[in-house]
Amino acid sequence: MIHTRFFKRIAVAATAAGIAFASAAVAQDVIKLGAIAPKTGPLAGGAVVTQWPNVQLWVEQINARGGLQVGDKQMMIELIEYDDKTNPGEHIKLAQRLAEQDKVDFVVAPYGTGFNIATAPIYGRYGYPMIAVSAITDKMEELTERYPNLFFTLGTTTAFVDGVKEILIEKRDAGEIGNEIAMVNVADAFGIELADRARDLFTEAGFELVYDKSYPLGTPDLSPVMKGAKDSGAKAFVAWSYPPDSFGLAEQAIIEDLDVAVYYSAVATSFPAFSGAYGGKINNVLGAGGTNVDDPKIAEYRAAHEEITGEVADYWASANTYAAMQVLEQAIVGAATLDRDTVTQYIKDNTFDTVMGELSFENNVSHTFWSVGQWQDGVFRGVKGSNVDGAVPVRLKEGWTE
Amino acid sequence: MKPSGWGELAIAAFLVFLAVFVPFVTNGYWLSIAVTTMMYVALATSWALFSGPTHYISLATGAFFGIGGYLVGSMMSDYQLPFWVPLVVAPLVAAGLAFLIGIATLRLSGVYFVIFTLGLAEMIRNLISWIQNNFLGSRGLYVLTDLRDHHLYWMLLGVAAAVFLLGWVVNRSRLGFALRIIGNDETVARHVGINTAWAKVILFTTTGFFAALVGAIIAPRWSYIEPNQVFSPQLSFLVVIMALLGGAGRLWGPLVGVIPFTIIWEWVNVQFPNQSTLFLGLAFLLIVYVLPNGMVGRIEQLHARMGRGRS
Amino acid sequence: MLDIIVSGLLLSGTYALVAMGLNLQYGVARIMNLANGEVLVLGALAAFWLYTTAQISPLLTVILVIPVAFIGNWLIYRFLLTPLVRRSKSQGQLEVDSILATFGISFVLIGIMVSIEGGFFAYKYLSEPISILGSTTSLNRFIAFLIACAIGIGLYLWLNKTRSGVAVRAVAVSTEASGLVGINVPRISAFAFALGGAITAVGGALISTFITLDASIGVVFTLKALIIVIMGGVGDIRGAIVAACILGLVETAVATLIDPGLTLAAAYLIFILILLFRPQGLFGRAST
Repeated sequence: MIHTRFFKRIAVAATAAGIAFASAAVAQDVIKLGAIAPKTGPLAGGAVVTQWPNVQLWVEQINARGGLQVGDKQMMIELIEYDDKTNPGEHIKLAQRLAEQDKVDFVVAPYGTGFNIATAPIYGRYGYPMIAVSAITDKMEELTERYPNLFFTLGTTTAFVDGVKEILIEKRDAGEIGNEIAMVNVADAFGIELADRARDLFTEAGFELVYDKSYPLGTPDLSPVMKGAKDSGAKAFVAWSYPPDSFGLAEQAIIEDLDVAVYYSAVATSFPAFSGAYGGKINNVLGAGGTNVDDPKIAEYRAAHEEITGEVADYWASANTYAAMQVLEQAIVGAATLDRDTVTQYIKDNTFDTVMGELSFENNVSHTFWSVGQWQDGVFRGVKGSNVDGAVPVRLKEGWTE
Repeated sequence: MKPSGWGELAIAAFLVFLAVFVPFVTNGYWLSIAVTTMMYVALATSWALFSGPTHYISLATGAFFGIGGYLVGSMMSDYQLPFWVPLVVAPLVAAGLAFLIGIATLRLSGVYFVIFTLGLAEMIRNLISWIQNNFLGSRGLYVLTDLRDHHLYWMLLGVAAAVFLLGWVVNRSRLGFALRIIGNDETVARHVGINTAWAKVILFTTTGFFAALVGAIIAPRWSYIEPNQVFSPQLSFLVVIMALLGGAGRLWGPLVGVIPFTIIWEWVNVQFPNQSTLFLGLAFLLIVYVLPNGMVGRIEQLHARMGRGRS
Repeated sequence: MLDIIVSGLLLSGTYALVAMGLNLQYGVARIMNLANGEVLVLGALAAFWLYTTAQISPLLTVILVIPVAFIGNWLIYRFLLTPLVRRSKSQGQLEVDSILATFGISFVLIGIMVSIEGGFFAYKYLSEPISILGSTTSLNRFIAFLIACAIGIGLYLWLNKTRSGVAVRAVAVSTEASGLVGINVPRISAFAFALGGAITAVGGALISTFITLDASIGVVFTLKALIIVIMGGVGDIRGAIVAACILGLVETAVATLIDPGLTLAAAYLIFILILLFRPQGLFGRAST
C-alpha cells in the first residue's frame, strides 16, 4: 500500500515536534526516542507489520495531544530511526550511535531475539530500559540477571510451545485427534529452538511425532514437506515457521487438502495478509499470537492503528509492541523525570494500564501475552494465553475450501 | 603484488602502534566503528593475500567466518567450554577445510572458481543448520562474556597486524615471486617450473584460517549466534568489494578500501536513515565510476602526478 | 516416485525462469549481474501491486512487464554498464567492475522497492489443485512451468535457427572475433542484457503467484541463478535449462526420500561435484 496518508500525518507530527523544539527557550523540551529495526533484509517484512507502525502510531498520538507531562513540563517526542538492514553488526553500530552521538533519552527495544540480546549490554551501559517484545527465549532469568535493563513481554520459548501442547492434549482427550503429530520447522535459530523444545514437551505428553522434518530457510517448494506430512496420516500438523514459509505451507495444505483437525503455523499466521491471501480457506487455522478484538481497549487501539498508519495491526505482537510503548510512557510520566535509572526502577516496581490489560513485571518479565490464536471467520482470536481475557474455544479444522 | 620494502614494513608498524591507542582516545560509537573497520581490514587483507596475486575471486569468506562464529557459539553454549578453546580450534578447522577446498578447486578458473566458492559456502551453511537441527538440539547459541569492544578491537588489531606481516613476508619470499608470475600469466609460471598448485593451496588455507579467527573473535559482540547470520553471503560480497575498491594489487590496498567504505557507509546511514540502502547503492555506483583501479590506482596516479609536478 | 518427477519438473521450471535471464546477461553481455534477483522481485512487485489494487491477472501483468523490463534493463546497460565495458581492458576487469556496479544497482533497486511496499507481497493466484499424471500440484506452478518451457524452447530456437540468434551466440563465444566479422557487439550485448532482464522479470511475476516474496529476498534468487548458470556452463542456454532440471529433480527427490532439511545442501553438493568433474560446467567451453 502506498502510505501517502501516513506520511502526511508523520510530516505534520514531525513539524509540530520541530516547531516545539525550535521555539523552546529552555534547553530541552523534547524527549528524544531512538528506534532501530529492519526496513530492509530478511526480517523487514515482519518489522514493517509489527514494529514500525506501532512506534509511529504512539509517537504521533502523544505529540497530537501536546506531548508527555514530565514533572511540570510538557515534552514532545522526537523520533530518531535507523534501518539495521537485519544485520547485527550494523545494528550494534547504530545502537552506539543513538547512545553517544544522538544522545537519545530512551530507546525502543529492537525487533528480533538476537538483536535484543546483542544490544542489551550496550544499552545497559547507558542505562536505557529495553522493553523487549519480539524476544522469545528460555534464558530470561540468566539474561535479566546479566542485563537488569532488559524486560521481556512476550513469553518464553516453553510458553510458546505450551500453548500448542495444551490444545493438542485437549483435542486428543476429546477424541478428535490421535496420538500422532506431523511437525516441521524452519532451519533457523528460532525454528530450531522451538522444534527442539516441542519434541521434548510433546513426547512427554505422550504424543508420537510421525513426521518430524526441517526445511531450509528460503525453500521455494514446500510440496514434498506437505506431501510427507499428509502421507504420515497424522491428524495434527504443527509448523514452527517464518513468514514466507507460513504462507507457503498454507498454500500447500490447501492444494493437498490436508486432512487434519488441528493445523498450526507459527509466525505471520497472525498477519492480516495471511487472511487476505487465502480468504476463507484458512478458517480455523491456528497460529502464534492472538488478541481479543472484543476488548474495547483493543478495538480502540486497532481503529487508531488503521486510521493513523493506514495499515491493519497484526493479531499478535502489534498490541504488545504498543503496550510496551504505553509502559514507557506511563513510566516516564509516573517517575516525572527523564533520568533513565529512575524510570527503569519505576518499570520494575509498578503496574501499567495498557491495551493488553494490567501489565507488571516480575523479575523483569511480564506474563501477560497470548500464545496461540485461531482464524475464526476472518478474525484471528486468541485461544491460549497468559493473564489475558477473552480466550475463545478452539475449533477444529474442517477442510480447506472457502 | 609488487615486492614490499622495509619502508612499507616500518610504516605499517608505526600505524599499528598508533592504532593501539584508539580505545584510549575514544569510547562507544567511534570505537564500535573502529572494531567493525578492523574486522573488515583483517578479512579483506587476508582475502587479498590469495586473491590479489592469483586474481581468483573467492566468495568463501562467509563460510570460514561462519565457522569461527558458529564454533564459538556452539562450544560455549552447548558444551560450556571457555572462549579460548574455540578461538584456537575454529581457525584450525577452517584451515583444514580451506586446504581441502584449495586442492579441490585447482582445476577451476575464472568465474567457475568464484561461484564454486559461493556454492560451497552456501552448502556449509545449510549443512550446519541441518546438523544443529537434528543432532545438536540447541536451545540457542548464547555467547555471554565480559569481553568489551576494546578487547575485541585489540584482538582484531593483532590479527590484522599478523596478516600484514604474513603478507609482507610472503611478498619478499620465493612464494611471493611465484605468485606474481602466476598472477601475470599462469601458463608461464608453470612452464618456468613454479609449483602453482602448491602456492595457491597454501594461500587459500591462510585465508580460511584468518577469516575463521576473525569470526570467532567477533562472536562475543553478537551475544546470540544464528547460523544464517554468521554464514552470511553478504559478508563475502562486502569483503570482496572493499578489497577491490581499495585495490587488491597492493598489500595496503584493502586497508585504503575498507576505511573510506566504512566512513561512507556511516555517513549515508546518518544522512538518509530512512533510505540508507538506496543511497548506499548510489554511493557504490559513484565509487565504481570514479575509481576504475580502486583507491590504490587513484592514490598512485596522484603520487605519479605529484612526482612529475615536482621534477 | 511420480510425485518426485512431477514436482521436481515444476520446480525446474521455476529455476529455469530464475536463471535463463542471467545466462543471457552473463553469457553474452559478460555482465555478472548481482542485481538479477532484484529485477525478478520487481516483476513480482508489479504482479502483486496490479493484482491487489486493480485485480489485474498476473498473466496479463507478465505481458505488460516484458516491454517495461526490456526497456529498463536496456537503459541500465546503456547508461550504467556501457562505460564499464568500454574502459575495461580485460574480461577479468569487466567482471570485477560489473560485480561492483550491479551490487550497487541491487541496493538501489531494494531501496526503491521498499518505499513502494515494505512488507510481504502476499497474494495467491490460481492456487487451485490440479492432478498431473495422478500427482497433485497447483495450477499456478504448472502454468509457470509451461511458460518456462515456452521461453526456453523459444530461446533455443531463436539462438540456433535465426541469423540474429547466431549473432548473439557468436558474441557469447568471442566478442573480438564477432567484431571482426562485422557483428555490432555493443548492440547485441545491450539487446541480450535487456532480453535477459525481461525474462527474469517475467519469471518474477509468475513466481510471485505461488511464492511469497518481499523486497529484500532478491539475493536468494541471485545466488540460485548464479549456481544454475555456472553449473550449466556459461554461454549456452541449454546449460541453464539442463542445470535447472537437475537441481529441481534432485532437490525434490532429496526432500521426499531423505530429508527436506538437506535439499539445498544436496543441490549445492551436486553443483560442486559437477564442477569438480567438469570444471567448465555441463555445456561450457573448456577454457583456454
